[in-house]
This record gives sequence, C-alpha cells and structure tokens, in this order.
Amino acid sequence: MTGLEWFVLTSGIGAIALINWYFFVAPARAVVAIATGGAASEITITVDGGYNPPHVRVPAGRPVRLIFDRRDTGSCSEEVVFPDFGIRKYLPTGQKTVVEVTPPAAGRYSFMCGMSMLRGTVEAV
Amino acid sequence: MTCAACQSRVQRTLQKQPGVNDATVNLMMHDATITFNPRTTSPGTLVEVIRDTGYGASLASGDETAFDEQATRDRASAEEYRELRFKAIVSGIIGVLAMVLSMPLMSQLAGGAMMPVADPFMRWTMTVLDPALRSATPWLYVLPPMAVSWLLLLLTAGVMAWAGLHFYTRAWAAFRHHAADMNTLVAVGTGAAFLYSAVATVTPGFFLRRGVAPDVYYEAVVLIIALILTGNMFEARAKTQTSSALRALVNLQPKTARVLRRDVETDIGVELVSADDTVIVRPGERVPVDGEILSGESAINESMLTGESMPVAKKPGDRVIGGTVNGTGAFRFRATTLGADSMLAQIVRLMRDAQGSRAPIQRLADRVSGIFVPVVLSLAVATFVIWFIAADTAPAVRAFTAAVAVLIIACPCAMGLAVPTAVMVATGKGAELGVLIKGGEALQRAGDVNTIVLDKTGTVTEGRPTVTDVLPVPEGAYADRGDDLLSLVASLETRSEHPLADAIVRYAQERDLRISEPDAFASQTGRGAVGVVRGVGVIVGNAALMAESAVQALSMRDAADRLASDGKTPMYVAIDGTLAALIAVSDPIKDSSRAAIAQLRALGLEVVMLTGDNERTARAVARAAGIDRVVAGVLPAGKVREIERLQRAGNVVAMVGDGINDAPALAKADVGMAIGTGTDVAIDAADVVLMRGDLRTAAHAIALSRRTMRTMKQNLFWAFVYNVVGIPIAAGVLYPALGLLLSPILASAAMAFSSVSVVANSLRLRRARLT
Repeated sequence: MTGLEWFVLTSGIGAIALINWYFFVAPARAVVAIATGGAASEITITVDGGYNPPHVRVPAGRPVRLIFDRRDTGSCSEEVVFPDFGIRKYLPTGQKTVVEVTPPAAGRYSFMCGMSMLRGTVEAV
Repeated sequence: MTCAACQSRVQRTLQKQPGVNDATVNLMMHDATITFNPRTTSPGTLVEVIRDTGYGASLASGDETAFDEQATRDRASAEEYRELRFKAIVSGIIGVLAMVLSMPLMSQLAGGAMMPVADPFMRWTMTVLDPALRSATPWLYVLPPMAVSWLLLLLTAGVMAWAGLHFYTRAWAAFRHHAADMNTLVAVGTGAAFLYSAVATVTPGFFLRRGVAPDVYYEAVVLIIALILTGNMFEARAKTQTSSALRALVNLQPKTARVLRRDVETDIGVELVSADDTVIVRPGERVPVDGEILSGESAINESMLTGESMPVAKKPGDRVIGGTVNGTGAFRFRATTLGADSMLAQIVRLMRDAQGSRAPIQRLADRVSGIFVPVVLSLAVATFVIWFIAADTAPAVRAFTAAVAVLIIACPCAMGLAVPTAVMVATGKGAELGVLIKGGEALQRAGDVNTIVLDKTGTVTEGRPTVTDVLPVPEGAYADRGDDLLSLVASLETRSEHPLADAIVRYAQERDLRISEPDAFASQTGRGAVGVVRGVGVIVGNAALMAESAVQALSMRDAADRLASDGKTPMYVAIDGTLAALIAVSDPIKDSSRAAIAQLRALGLEVVMLTGDNERTARAVARAAGIDRVVAGVLPAGKVREIERLQRAGNVVAMVGDGINDAPALAKADVGMAIGTGTDVAIDAADVVLMRGDLRTAAHAIALSRRTMRTMKQNLFWAFVYNVVGIPIAAGVLYPALGLLLSPILASAAMAFSSVSVVANSLRLRRARLT
C-alpha cells in the first residue's frame, strides 16, 4: 500500500469512529431540562431539526404540559408521537402546540417525530 | 394580548359574567379556560365579551380544533406539494441541460478514468447519448471545457441554493441536535459531489498533482436533487390520500344551523347552537347537530357514520346525528350533545387518535431507523476506503462515486412510512364500513384473532325480547286469570333492568294492564326476581330460583323444555309460593346474523356464543344462527372466566358484545368489539366499535385487520430488503462478479421510488375487498 492509501485508510477509520461517537455517544450527555412547580409543570421544547431540550425530567404521576414550539418546515418534524400515551399530534410551523401527558410511574417515555428520526425522552422521577 | 395586565383584565371581565363559575386566561398559550353554566350563558356570548374588551377571541372547542387542524394540515400539504412540484420540474430541466453540457467533458475522460463503464445508466450515456449529441450538436464539443465547467458550477450552485436548500438547512439543524435523517444523507452525498467537482473546476492541478482525474459530477448533483424532490412530491400527495377518510368525516360537519329563537327561524353558526335549542331541518339538508326529534318524520341517510346503506326512518323521540343527511321529510329537533361531545366529533377524535397510534410491529422499524443514518454514513466511508485501496484504475473517482451512491440509495423513509401509512388507510377504510378501530395495536391483535365469542342478546339477536307465550298452570289459581297474573308479574318487573323483565312490562302495557309499584323487590342476578306486589308474594325466574325458593315446578318442566327447544326463554312464575304459570320470551335473531356467522367461519374463526340463557334455548338460537359452540347459563362474571379459559387454551379471542353489560368481558378479550349504542362511540373497554348492530361488520373488521397486517409486513419487508440489497449494490459488491455498479443518479431514482412504493402499497388497502 502506498502512503496515500495508508492515509485514506486511517482517516476513514477515524471518520467512522467520529460519526458513531457524535451520533450515539455524545447525545447521551445532552441537556436535561427539569420541570418543577405546582399542579401542572410546563416545559417548552423547540422543534428545529430536532428537539431542544431532547430530554426532560418531570415528576411521575403528575400532569406535565409539553409546549412544542416548531420553527422548521421539514415534513419529518410535522408530527410528534408519544407511543406510550397513544398521542400523535400535528405541529403547525411557527406555532406552539401543547401536549399534555401524565407519566403514570417513574421511567423513561420516549417521543419522536412521525418517522422516528428525531427523538426525545420524558423521564419521570 | 401581550402582557400580564391584559391577561388579568380579560380574566376579571370573564369572571364577572353571569353564569361564569371560573375563568383562567393563559398569556403564554393565548387561551382561556372557562367553566360556565350553559343555561345562563354560552360560548358565543363569552367570545363577544372578550372582543368587547378590545382583544381578539374565537372558540377553540375540541371538535373545532380537530376540524381546523385538518384544514391547516391540508393547506400546508397542498402548498408543500405545489412547491415540491415546481422545484422538481425546474431542477429536472436544469439537470437534463447539465447532463447534455457534461457529455463533452465526460467523453474527454472516457478514454481513461471512466472505462470500463460499469453502470447501466452511464453506459447508456456513453453509447447512445454521446454519439447522438455529437452528430446533432457538434458545436457543443468544441466549447472550451473550462468554460463549460464553470457554467455547470454556477448552475448547480443555483439549484442547490434554491431547490435543494431545505436538504442542507434541515440536515444542519438535525446535526446540531446529534441527530441524522434522510436530509443528512442527501446533503452529505450531494454536498460531497459538489465540493469535489468545484475543486476540480477551480484548481484542477490539486487533483492532477496527485494522479487523480479532475472529474466533475454537476449533472449528478442536480439530477439527484430533482429525483428526490420528485419522490418527495409523490410521497406528499400519497400521504395526503392516506387521511382522505378522516377528511371526508371532518367535512360532514355543517357550518350553520337553522334554529328557532323567539319563534323566528335564524341561521346561526353551528358552534353557537346551545343545548335545548330547537333546530329545523328541511328535506335534503344535513342535520347540523345531535338531537332528538320533536315533530315531523323523515328517513335519514346515516351511511357516512354507520356504514348502513339504507336510510333510517325517524319519528318524534328518535335520535338524530349531526352530519347525517335528511331525506324527503322535514322535522324539528331539540339539540342535545354539542361540540366536542357530539357523535361526529367523538368519531373524528377517535379516528385521529387511532391514526396516531403505533402498531407493535413497528418497534423493529423504529429500532432500525434510530441508528440507520449514522450506520449508512459509516458504510459510505468504508466503501470509499475499500475502493480507494482496491481499485486498479482511477481509484479516487470510483471510490468517490460508490460512496456517494451508498449515501443516496439508502432510504430511511420507507421504513418510517411502512406501518403508519397502513394504519391510517386501514382505520379510514374501517370508518367507511362502520367499524371504528381504536389504533394500530388493536388492528394488529385483531389480525391474529382465531376465536370469536358472541354475546347472544343484542349481538346475535335483536336484543328486544318480546313475550310469546303465557301458560298458566292448568287447574291452578290463575288458570283463567292470565291478565291478573301478568299484572302482578309486570308490576314486580318494573323495578328490574333485565331485558326479559322489560319485555314483560311492555307486553302488559300494550294490554293496558294495571301496573303498580311493588311493595318489595329483590333482584337475583342471573336467576330472576323476588318481591311483593299488592300484598301478594311474586317470584319470577328460572328453575334454579324456583328450587331455591322451595317452589314445586316439576309439573311445567316439559312445557318449559318445549318452549326452550323453540329458542324461547321460559320463566316460571310463583304466586305466594305456588307455581302459577310459565311466561316465554323470545328474542328474534337479526336478519344479518346468519350471513355474518357464515362469513366469520369462512375467515377460519371458531365462533362461540355466550349467554345467560338456559342451555336448551341457547342451543335452539345457536342452531338457527349457524353456531356450533354454545356456552349457556353464564353469569356476567362467567363471561370473563370463559374468555380466560379460551385464552389459556392458546386462542386469540375477540369478544363481541354491548359496551355496558359486557364491558369486563370486552376488556378481558384480546380484541373487544362493542356494538355502538347510537351516540356513545367512545366505549372505553372496546378496541373496536361496530357502528351499527350488524354482526357482519365484525367480520369486516377482522378481514380488514388481516389484510392490513399483510400490507404492513409487505411494506416492512420491502423497506428492509430494499436497503439491505440496495446499499451493498451501490457499494459495488456485485462489481467483482458481474461488473455491475450503480451511478448516484440511478441510486437517487431507486430511493425516490422506494418510499413512494410503500405509500402506494398502503393506499391499495382503500380498494381492498373484504367480503
């Protein structure tokens, strides 16, 4: 193998490692928003090519109002789905849409876009 | 409304209104929640009150949101479609132009780098298009290549910045969130091809010095964008069609109603109708809201809600449903349930929830699509490295095209669309047939059902039993006083809620017999009733109750057996502890039941009938309806046990019954099918609601579910196989053996076709024949 080929091989392996780190390892350290407060906690989640914050922590057994503020126009993010709660909600661009859920017990409840490309979690504690 | 002061002002004004119990105004959400007494005020009045304070307001009741949301969605998707179409056409034209312009550049390289041309599309351009252009437009081939390259660079940059812009912005937005989707693949693929070409155009020496041909891929970038836009365009259109049934339902809601206000007929918006308003409906008009007929008669077409094709005759006292179409009569009715509680709004909500639910079968697809894009990106890098090292001639060019082809051919969308589109089309199709399926999970379980349990009363039979025989004990005290006896029994039974009791009371009323309040009454669940009427002890019920009450009933046993063999339910009557008579009640089998049971059996289902009736009566009814297996004499709790027993034997059990008495059994069954009771469609215990009492719809529901499962499996299979086969081909695994490669352009065509075909396959469910 030539020097150029060795170079391509090592940078290729490096690139693959970087891709997998960025998409699989790094997101675990994403921001966690913590909802507190009285009767119903509220958290605003910005939808712009992804959910920000992607992870929210809420008290279990109490209703939480997730306010989805959709900024992008991609058809992928036009719906948000909470499979555990049987909710599929259309999010009009430029509007805030409320999804109210009551996590019955402590645990992680995921939500995603209509095609499961964008993901987020509600963690009940 | 922009500040907290405005918020409290609106809130205070609302709270001061007569009839308002409580009002909360939310500044952030721009909404107000008001609890009010509908007799004193109305939502319309409150809207006016807010407008008087100088702020805008409109009603946002549940149903209106549903209707509005559908309209917003439709507008958005129609606009998306138009935009995609325009962009696809324009970039397609530019793509063809770019291709023609590229031919001279390609043929210059043809002697070296591009040979042997392994891709079918490239081979075609080289062997057919190139010679054709040479003879038709020879001047193209004398243009300076540098000038052509620069022109292509500008054209391509223009297309990317205009038609393809959203791929890049969305990919970037996702990237920032550590996420990747289809846009990432398109953006990386076309972006890399463009950058490579741009460097080759601006500083060709950069490649030449390293022994790499300064090739350009402008036409590929433009054509990929054009083809993917075309795919997205078809997908957008097809996705709209998947919710056409829901849209049809939403459109049933009339906008206005003609009501009587102070003896004047006024047309008002349907959201302003209040409960107890008198609504006027003329021939051929749509019934605006739910209600009860006050005067007039007509036949109403309810097919859009119940699937019942024959118009239903209505007279005063009957219920009418908002959204149905009046026939030739005119009538007035009293508005009852409105807004979000109306039947139409309930159905729309139910369907929306169902369409939003996920089928368990999707979990695998979800798991794969979550990791799909990063995996494909890694594969593309690996493809580049392997080609670069392994290829003998022009390694960089081949490595590069193969890597781009891998990025472009991968289609995560097909996996994401496979199950939800099928759920949407199937629930819509169900609604057209009068079957409301509550979601993907119900659909999937209904597809696996192999045993169907039918409740007898109201499901197999009409559910309105009538008295057929009254047989006093010969020589007994009531031998020729049948009416006196009936009067006593009917008086006792007024307190019972059992359908058989109801039949006796109606029978007595029809004969104008005296009915008095019983002095004492005790219901014996599943056996009968005991009490005192006008100082006389009365016992009505089955043989078991007589035995318990120490009543000698042997003398009438043969008569009772005879009645039961005819499918009638015999009831013993004892007066003051002595057997006095037998009363037989019969509940005729529905006309549709026989055909329905034949259909269920044709689907390979084991059909079981459950009833609280005695064995003989049950057998006679089952024989007439064509059912083999009967479980008779079960108390309500016994139905649950019977279903458990069937489930333990390894069966997947569907239970059909009414939503009230059979609720526990419906909940216990794998699939609970409730027979809709007219206005209440949101029966909690049920997975499936049959909108009319016709048992054939149960067969439709199961046939539809099976068909839908097949469609989902086809879709998932196709989506997986497409990617599992397509990606390696694009990477070039077939090249060593067959010499086959895919150009990025062909890859993009395959990708566009893949997701469209999944949606198209789901749409085929709309035309599925289920009988």
